[in-house]
Amino acid sequence: MSGRGGQGWRARLVRLPPLLWLSAFFLVPFAITLKISLSDAATAMPPYLPVLDWHGSLEGWSSFLEALDFENYAVLWFDSLYREAALSSLAYAGTASAVLALLGTPLAYALARAPARAQALLVALVVVPFWTSFLVRVYAWIAILKPEGLLNAALLRLGVVGQPLEILNTPAAVLIGLVYAYLPFMVLPLYAVMSRLDPALREAAADLGAGPVRVFLTVTLPLAAPGIAAGALLCFIPMVGEFVIPDLLGGSDTLMLGRVLWSEFFSNRDWPLASAVAVLLLLIVIGPVVLFRDAGERGEGER
Amino acid sequence: MSGSQVPAGSGVPLLRLEGVTKRFGAGAAVDGVDLALAENEVFCLLGPSGCGKSTLLRMIAGFERPDAGTIRLGGADITADPPHRRPVNMMFQSYALFPHMSVAGNVAYGLSSLGRAARAARVETLLRLVRLEGYGARRPDTLSGGQRQRVALARALAREPRLLLLDEPLTALDRALREETQSELRALQRRLGTSFVVVTHDPEEAMRLADRVGVMAGGRIVQVGATAELYENPASRYVAGLLGDVNLIPGTLGPAEPGPSRAVETAFGALRARAPAPALEPGAAVVVALRPERVELGAHGLAATVTERIFLGDRIARTLRMGDGTTLRASGPATGAAEHPVGAEIRLGFAAEVAAILPA
Amino acid sequence: MSPFLRAVLALGLAFLYAPILVLAVYSFNASNLVTVWGGFSTRWYAALLADGPLLAAAWVSLRVALMAGAISTLLGTLAALALARHGRFRSRRLLTGLVFAPMVMPEVIIGLSLLLLFVGVGLDRGIVTLVIAHATFCTGFVAVVVGARLRGLDRTLEEAAADLGATPRRVFATVTLPLLAPAVLAGFLLAFTLSLDDLVIASFVSGPGATTLPMRLYSQIRLGVNPEINAASTLLVLAVTLAVLAASRLTARR
Repeated sequence: MSGRGGQGWRARLVRLPPLLWLSAFFLVPFAITLKISLSDAATAMPPYLPVLDWHGSLEGWSSFLEALDFENYAVLWFDSLYREAALSSLAYAGTASAVLALLGTPLAYALARAPARAQALLVALVVVPFWTSFLVRVYAWIAILKPEGLLNAALLRLGVVGQPLEILNTPAAVLIGLVYAYLPFMVLPLYAVMSRLDPALREAAADLGAGPVRVFLTVTLPLAAPGIAAGALLCFIPMVGEFVIPDLLGGSDTLMLGRVLWSEFFSNRDWPLASAVAVLLLLIVIGPVVLFRDAGERGEGER
Repeated sequence: MSGSQVPAGSGVPLLRLEGVTKRFGAGAAVDGVDLALAENEVFCLLGPSGCGKSTLLRMIAGFERPDAGTIRLGGADITADPPHRRPVNMMFQSYALFPHMSVAGNVAYGLSSLGRAARAARVETLLRLVRLEGYGARRPDTLSGGQRQRVALARALAREPRLLLLDEPLTALDRALREETQSELRALQRRLGTSFVVVTHDPEEAMRLADRVGVMAGGRIVQVGATAELYENPASRYVAGLLGDVNLIPGTLGPAEPGPSRAVETAFGALRARAPAPALEPGAAVVVALRPERVELGAHGLAATVTERIFLGDRIARTLRMGDGTTLRASGPATGAAEHPVGAEIRLGFAAEVAAILPA
Repeated sequence: MSPFLRAVLALGLAFLYAPILVLAVYSFNASNLVTVWGGFSTRWYAALLADGPLLAAAWVSLRVALMAGAISTLLGTLAALALARHGRFRSRRLLTGLVFAPMVMPEVIIGLSLLLLFVGVGLDRGIVTLVIAHATFCTGFVAVVVGARLRGLDRTLEEAAADLGATPRRVFATVTLPLLAPAVLAGFLLAFTLSLDDLVIASFVSGPGATTLPMRLYSQIRLGVNPEINAASTLLVLAVTLAVLAASRLTARR
């Protein structure tokens, strides 16, 4: 059975449906996006030019190709709005990834060290918010962070601040939202790595005289470092293109590529420019995605 | 290699392997194995992990396809048959009981060609055979290790295979249970007359179960024989060491001479041992393989000092230092416990026919 | 477990759950204002039941999630089987990439590019396009869940079945599939919740008359925070939590 490999017709029949489906609805759309990013906006439906005339001759093709240009990319390059959006997307996602690594590592460690009987339940408790209504979880923070919201009410009552803090619609709110929304995404792979570490290693270190902090810093942390990096990467990719969080928590001034793309598409109806933004976003995340795919490939090959 | 010999009077071999080879990557896991197995025989493949015994077993079961060679069962070539078309069944080391089926469901799995009533009756019979009446409705994970082993056995016997393959059948059991189960397994085999091929790394298991043992090393069967023959007359120091404790005394083979014994010159004096195969030239580097229980302590022979004495209940183990500093192990009956204490100057000897001369 | 680690766990879980709890508590607020407590009331839940557009959106979401869940479960299970069982094949790297990339790819990219495809081939936007889009981005999650179970599956069980005379088809039907079933069901539940939850991709690919629940909620939120959204959100969280708990029970069971 093990020697059969993936060459038989049966094996082909198994992998063909997902291959065809994902090629048609994930790969091909990218190619189309790339093509439209080279087109010009138009007030028509679809709102871009040129539209390829399928019945056209070679001439139709050549005029189609001639009409494609890099104008949209020039806009992206020269209009500071887009440059700033790209840079601030990277800054938000990078900062949030670092904070996530900082918060997620102790949490994952605590999970891995929890009594075995409680561990399954605790892990489930961390998983549930991850799958639970992203939009709702972000929405929940509005009521908390508003000037007259619960956080300020609590701070005022405790006398920590004299007047309500402006948190909503600031970069801080975006960061809080990113960290909150992606924390389970960070903790789960990290927990997986940490729970696989041989407890005897920690015991050996303790036996050799290391205190809990030194055990963590000299044994657990170095062994879990690849997991921490993978987790941070895993969060970084979708955060760069995040839309809901900057839109609901960051206010109208927040510049992030996901939000820029959204408004080019829905407000300005400039599909070609939105496509160019998508291509730019894709270029930013493609490296991390390939790294992630290779990590997944290694995971698949573990057996 | 004496692998293709079949015990006399057994007619057409039940199983015949010819030149069976399996390569993984660059090396050969199984390298040109020839083997013939008679009806109603228990054959044991013995060797350390990585010697190719499990791969050989998996090729007989059909889970691996040989890269070269043929496998015949009752004269028919089954080399290319998939596992489900072979009249051969296997008992897995992990037992591989289906966790989502009851004990009865597991045992009945191979009986899909029978009608419902016949199947139930057969399952009943099989469970009685392995002394698990009344356990049919239980789930495998509610059973003890010994009970699981018996379910696996019943399941493997359900289709009345012509040949039963057992992969380390007893390793997962604790020691006391293992010995009991070994006797049961052997009794069951005599009753059913099914041939067994057993893979094990445990020489004691091989001795308890097998009519014949094939010792494997590096993907080859290096010696085949009854366990007593392998023990007393190993063909190599590897086989001698695999089947129990042995003193391997290096030396030089003496000149050819008539008679059943030959001289070997060693660092602590001349020894006499059973004459070796004629392939060994006088003057060749050899080892004398001497079992500790064959060493006789007494008034005559080579001088030695007792350096260690361990009481083991049924016997006494002693370490002896020879004149040149070589150490030998001797084991003797516990009745003479007080004799030859540590520090005693003694003399030792052994009968020439109990020691084998092997290539170094 | 040291008191320090206990505290870390408690704080971490509090951080994760406090906002959701606050949201749920205020859905029972009698007051119109989200942040001022005006006594216990279920009026916002009653208001939900009378909110026609919201119920219509929920119905759309439910149908889309069921269909997308079913399709992605089939595709994801097949992909997991191919990746875990078929060793090396030429399109392996491609398939791995296609399975894993949609899980992390920013949703705006998936949404926009799928829309451009649908417009390009002239497919009217609506339920069908929603189902296609959701099935596409959920497939990877199913493949991961099923793949994990598949790798944990003892291969000797399948060998034992073949040894007992079962054809490859029977081995799959009587051993592999039953042992895989909890993971497949868990994969379906996760795909279902992901689809139910999606706002960004749906906003791009849906058309008139196919407004999903998150799209409806989002447009309400844009108008301002109100307790009816809290009530709807609480119900959504409850539904999704139940599905996820069921899924994690299914995958945890040995």
